[in-house]
Amino acid sequence: MTDISAPNAMGVAKQRRVDVTSAAAQARVRARYRSEARFKTYGLLALGITTVFVGVLLSDILLRGLPSFWQHRLVLDVPVAADAFGPPGKADVAAIRGGDYFPITKAALANAIPGIESRSAEKQLNRLLSTGAPDELRERLAANPALIGKTVKVPLLLSDDADLYFKGGETAIVKRAPRGIATPSGVNGEITVLTASNDFSDELITIKRALAAAAARTQFESNRLLKSPDKANQTRGTELAAEAKNLSTRAELSRGEEVLDDKVPSVLIEINGGLVKANKLGDSSITGEVLLPLKSTAEAKPADWKIVTFVTPEANRKVTDQEVAFLERLRSNGAVENVFNWRFFTAGDSREPELAGVRGALVGTALTLFVTLILCLPIGVGAAVYLEEFAPKNRFTDLVEVNINNLAAVPSIVFGLLGLAVFLNFFGLPRSAPLVGGLVLALLVLPTIIIAGRAALRSVPPSIKEAALGVGASHQQAIFHHVLPLAMPGIMTGTIIGMAHALGETAPLLMIGMIAFIVDVPQSFVESATVMPVQIYLWSDLPEKAFQAKTAGAIIVLLGFLFLMNGMAIWLRKRFERRW
Amino acid sequence: MTTKFISLSTAVAVVGTIAFAGAASARDQIRIVGSSTVYPFTTAVAEQFGKSGAGKTPVVESTGTGGGFKLFCAGVGVGHPDVSNASRAIKKGEFEDCDKNGVKDIVEIRIGIDGLVLAQSKAGPNLSLTRKQVFLAMAEMVPDKDGKLVANPYKNWSDIDAALPAVKIEVLGPPPTSGTRDSFHELYLEKGAEEFPSLKDLKKADGKAFDKVWKSIRKDGAYVEAGENDNVIVQKLEANKNAVGVFGFSFLEENLAKLKGAKIEGVEPAYDAISSGKFKGARPLFVYIKKQHVGVIPGLDKFVAEYVSDKAISKDGYLARKGLVAMPKEEATKVAEGAKAMKVLTAADVK
Repeated sequence: MTDISAPNAMGVAKQRRVDVTSAAAQARVRARYRSEARFKTYGLLALGITTVFVGVLLSDILLRGLPSFWQHRLVLDVPVAADAFGPPGKADVAAIRGGDYFPITKAALANAIPGIESRSAEKQLNRLLSTGAPDELRERLAANPALIGKTVKVPLLLSDDADLYFKGGETAIVKRAPRGIATPSGVNGEITVLTASNDFSDELITIKRALAAAAARTQFESNRLLKSPDKANQTRGTELAAEAKNLSTRAELSRGEEVLDDKVPSVLIEINGGLVKANKLGDSSITGEVLLPLKSTAEAKPADWKIVTFVTPEANRKVTDQEVAFLERLRSNGAVENVFNWRFFTAGDSREPELAGVRGALVGTALTLFVTLILCLPIGVGAAVYLEEFAPKNRFTDLVEVNINNLAAVPSIVFGLLGLAVFLNFFGLPRSAPLVGGLVLALLVLPTIIIAGRAALRSVPPSIKEAALGVGASHQQAIFHHVLPLAMPGIMTGTIIGMAHALGETAPLLMIGMIAFIVDVPQSFVESATVMPVQIYLWSDLPEKAFQAKTAGAIIVLLGFLFLMNGMAIWLRKRFERRW
Repeated sequence: MTTKFISLSTAVAVVGTIAFAGAASARDQIRIVGSSTVYPFTTAVAEQFGKSGAGKTPVVESTGTGGGFKLFCAGVGVGHPDVSNASRAIKKGEFEDCDKNGVKDIVEIRIGIDGLVLAQSKAGPNLSLTRKQVFLAMAEMVPDKDGKLVANPYKNWSDIDAALPAVKIEVLGPPPTSGTRDSFHELYLEKGAEEFPSLKDLKKADGKAFDKVWKSIRKDGAYVEAGENDNVIVQKLEANKNAVGVFGFSFLEENLAKLKGAKIEGVEPAYDAISSGKFKGARPLFVYIKKQHVGVIPGLDKFVAEYVSDKAISKDGYLARKGLVAMPKEEATKVAEGAKAMKVLTAADVK
């Protein structure tokens, strides 16, 4: 710039002339245009990538979380014995609420799937129900004790594993038609089913193939070990060689019976209204245990029985073959329903995924944020107005200003430590209380609000203030009647950002005891409570599979909460704007 | 507007403080702090306790074992927690700290066993490790042939032992802040280090130097700190079939569809092997009760009874379904008796 306009020490003769029509100059112009186009592309690219990331993130969360908003229940006819809660006709509400419902639900399940004899099967059947299964029945009986002694059709909540099974992905079930006539040797316990044809040869071949592969693997491992100089490895290698030999003999024997274990797909037979699981598989016979009792030992024609395969091996599933059998039977009886999971919004935390809900955390969040907002909006706006408009410019206010800016950058855990030292230890406020959480978060949010507030005040044109002063308003009147209302939308935006920040914090809450398992929904500012992000964090750390979906579900709720809050703030902002 | 806000907030603060004054003088809810490893089990007991109608559902905080003891030992009275979860036994320093602050009667309850497993994707090569090999794979300094400590030279598992697969050593585990990490050091690295004669001599000669050997994990990328959340490690293992993860047995049990445990000293990590003590990577879990609070905080004794009841900690109990490995029968009976009698811990019991 300077070389062109200002003549320098060397004089006017040195002034640069630019020939805009020369090839070099045009090339420069083209280069500038290219650079601009490039920059635009970068911008678009960055936007595109961000959009893709947000899209992937949101769809991932929705995909994982949405199933947790639905829940499977069993609708069964539950016979309630007349004397289930004390002498007939005398049961009061307290007895109904405190009663033992296990025998009742057990009887209902036994009615739904009759003929179960083995104790382990019975146990597995009862395990399908959640520990909270009788909740609805209890409510109904308490509301209407006249139902005692009758059979009530009522939904019973399934356990998390059963629910996950119905939500899919545990195992594929393949059914195929056999060729021969089958004869079962019994209706319950361990039985043999013979067929007139080599119906199981396909399964047998698959197993033999797996055996051959295992033999090859073992042989390879053994060879490798035998090469090692170590004595122990040598011994192990020799053992493996023998094992490999055994395996390959079994694999080569074309007709021999094979024992099925839980590492291969389960083979079952659906016959005479029952289900038999094969433990030993031959070419034309199976020996196994009855999972669902047969009606008779009558011969079954090829059209009347089926070979069923549960493709995922039992060892790789959370539900056993027996449980799958029960669940499939219940489903085909029409006893399973899939309903919206209201409990997720009405219940507090629980260690049973199917019972856990976010209400406690939601109420805790609302209480905590209320305290935060009530504290930091007036204080923050007041501080901003004072610092921007009234405070004298001196060393002290400079120091305050620097400190506020620094505070905004302090890691949030530090505020937690401060909260622990000041609010809990010095003032003796209760642990885990939303009051303390709100106080700590208010400290965290204050600097953000003050900084945003000052920026908003500064952005109001000085002419407004000057005009007010010009017509005789006092300084305070000019600020509160004219400048502040104009700055309010900006302050609101700052507050929203601050509150959104507070909504997502967990670290400062650790120190004041809000990272906790709390079942009861808090009723006041001093009762123990937790907040949404903490709930998400705690659920994400639990081993149960079903809690993974709950975690994503809770994230969706948190996002919803955030959208709601932002929407409300935008609406408020609009109103403020109009009023002025 | 603003003045209204200010007066309202003052009112809230005042009401809050007053309401609290009522809350502080009496507390009808048990407060529990401590280990995040024990958290899933204690919460289950707390929920059952609440459901049984014996009292309000206790509040269980997840603060970590060390943080838990700090709060637990801070004093006696309603302002301090009644129970502390721990994934290790109380240390001498913590016990003395308790004593100093007037927390004199502590009851220790062993609730069960947690297996610390090394696991990998089902698609990965089978691993069968000894603790010595784990030490060689993970320690920052390892003894060479002459027993001299050198920087860990092993890149592949097969470098350690030809019998191991020829894949890169890549272990995902918890960060140093985690109690699980402490257990990994104690159960695997310390025991592994003790198997070297040269290090055994070092232990006798210079205990501190020996501790440094097994407490330092290599920092050249073979050990990856994957965060406190075990589910994250599980997900990473699914993506990387050669990586090995370190986490609690309950996570392996829950994810058997995708993961398999590495054999340790020839023993597969399974429920029975851990319960009987055959699987070496296992540690006991504890809860500590402040006896001075029994009778003051309503329901504390009943909570302890619920915890040691058969329906909770036995093999068929609900804690076993949550992933806790039950102790052998005789031991469980002993624990239940101790809990019933509220036998307090003495300085001699603490190491």
